[in-house]
Amino acid sequence: MTTDSRARVLARIRAAVAGAPEAPDVTRGYRTSHATEDPDALLDLLHENLADYRAHVHRSGPDGLPELIAVLLAERGVRSVVVPPGLPEEWLAATGAERRSDAPRLTPYELDGIDAVVTGCAVAIAETGTIVLDGGPGQGRRALTLVPDLHVCVVGAPEQVVASVPQALPRLDPARPLTWISGPSATSDIELDRVEGVHGPRTLEVILVTPRPAGG
Amino acid sequence: MSDTFGGTFVGMPAFPEAARAAVGDATLRANLRHATHTIRDKRARAVAELDDWAELRQAGKEIKDRTLRHLADHLLRLEEAVTAAGGTVHWAADAAEANRIVTGLVRATGETEVVKVKSMATQEIGLNEHLAAEGIAAYETDLAELIVQLGEDRPSHILVPAIHRNRGEIRDIFREKMGSWGRPAPEGLSDTPADLAEAARLHLREKFLRAKVGISGANFMVAETGTLVVVESEGNGRMCLTLPETLISVVGVEKVVPTWRDLEVFLQTLPRSSTAERMNPYTSMWTGTSDDDGPSDFHLVLLDNGRTDALADEVGRQALRCIRCSACLNVCPVYERAGGHAYGSVYPGPIGAILTPQLRGTVSEVDASLPYASSLCGACYEVCPVAIDIPKVLVHLRERVAAEGGRGHRLERAAIKASSWVLDHPTALAAGERIASATRALHPKRLPGPGARQWSEHRNLPELPAEPFRDWWKRNRR
Repeated sequence: MTTDSRARVLARIRAAVAGAPEAPDVTRGYRTSHATEDPDALLDLLHENLADYRAHVHRSGPDGLPELIAVLLAERGVRSVVVPPGLPEEWLAATGAERRSDAPRLTPYELDGIDAVVTGCAVAIAETGTIVLDGGPGQGRRALTLVPDLHVCVVGAPEQVVASVPQALPRLDPARPLTWISGPSATSDIELDRVEGVHGPRTLEVILVTPRPAGG
Repeated sequence: MSDTFGGTFVGMPAFPEAARAAVGDATLRANLRHATHTIRDKRARAVAELDDWAELRQAGKEIKDRTLRHLADHLLRLEEAVTAAGGTVHWAADAAEANRIVTGLVRATGETEVVKVKSMATQEIGLNEHLAAEGIAAYETDLAELIVQLGEDRPSHILVPAIHRNRGEIRDIFREKMGSWGRPAPEGLSDTPADLAEAARLHLREKFLRAKVGISGANFMVAETGTLVVVESEGNGRMCLTLPETLISVVGVEKVVPTWRDLEVFLQTLPRSSTAERMNPYTSMWTGTSDDDGPSDFHLVLLDNGRTDALADEVGRQALRCIRCSACLNVCPVYERAGGHAYGSVYPGPIGAILTPQLRGTVSEVDASLPYASSLCGACYEVCPVAIDIPKVLVHLRERVAAEGGRGHRLERAAIKASSWVLDHPTALAAGERIASATRALHPKRLPGPGARQWSEHRNLPELPAEPFRDWWKRNRR
């Protein structure tokens, strides 16, 4: 029946537009970026836009990262943390929280009993304050960053930071499952007023790691 | 009718009668006024941040037009890509067929419950009601959808189906109804949005964790890659798209875009038009199935259900460009007063007034009256991120209704009577229309951006008169 419907729908479509004039080519007169090219300014913009949508944003040099992660987990009372495959071992070197591997695959119920997850990312978009995960090394499958209530995400600057959506898309592989994250879970469903915290992680901590020490 | 286009709104009165009842409801009017005005101002600010908004809007329009012109080719390409990535594609000519396909797929899993991401297409086909009749419970997981489902209510807005409810009403619904669907509302639940969101989190979590089947729609489907895109805020979408073993997505054929790159336009214009955000909190993209991540079984149901009828109308087909942002609802003076239910369809507001009569014809009284549910002020066209000329399509559809048997004249009179309260005296109406028609010629190239805000200030409606509307109505109606 579906086969018949396939032919029927396609025939209807072809008949519907048979006499229509050819549509013009798409004019892409819009900008590829609205932001500066300067990496420091771009990082500041990312910081500002992440914070604007209630992510907690921190800066660190590579050396201070394990200590900062440990502090952030401790501040939230984290007892257990999911470790995605491929996460650099040293990132969790300073925390005392129990480390939970995803091999064998954790069930949704097991994930629900874990306090936090620490990941890297694929790319971050400054103009929109967005982090994109593609399941690559140090990120894990999508459920790992969804069920635990705290997500600590590490962004490597400047190499992982782009200005805009048009600059981000070519760096992503559509064949991989992608999750774009702009702040913690939120809703506008009550009186069209935005409140943070529904089903996804209610706390998003983002660490921007720069080659130089923070503030340097 | 009910079999091909949902069963929710059967027996609805025509728009003028329904609107009359709605404007008499003071709570409803206050709720809508508060919500639409909040989002209206925020949207204007979010759009003004991008000085190339006019170009993005133009590109969005052209991408959609070009896609529609070659729709069959893009759908075939999509089908090939989804199939190659491990998904299965089904074609549904109408609602009944889509419901049959989905029911069969759920049955094949042996499950009797599904979790759902908010989807206009599944509302349009009345999927939940159909599944319930087949013994399958469908749990809505979007907060507003949950409010509507628990309250045994009907959706009244595309983005926020429970926009007609205020926080106090939502608290009461949660307190009374959550217990009979699963985990009850916490003791002493307050009416603060944060507490209400927390109650929804607790109530739905057990359903997400045990779910084996998820049902979604999609905002976009990319033909060249076979990728589906769902744009959301709460994380309920991520839950439904990620945790179950089987995922079924029901998507209208017009949601396809040709290339991966095309997303760069819509991912900029949709969030700003819809929730007035630079970017919505979560966007999920998936291509078929992946090893070790997400559902192992993926089905895409491509839905026609009247879309090809709209496509055949050379003026009306532009309604198929719609990306369901709901900006047109939020600026519409008629929607603000009458509310979404008066439109008698899952697609309310200006876009509903042109989409519904095209999808299901103008046979019924309510559908024939929809093209008249407007004062043609043009605000909807101004904010539309894909430049749908809604007033033009409305006028075109009025001609069609009039040609279909002379009901037009009577309906027009009734609708004009119902909408005359919208602009509270004739001079304001005339002035509004003059400004609207004078400036529409500038569109779309010169409008958006900071100037548009100033421009729309001129067309803000007068405040409600001191005299209560109901009194005014009584005096003025014949």
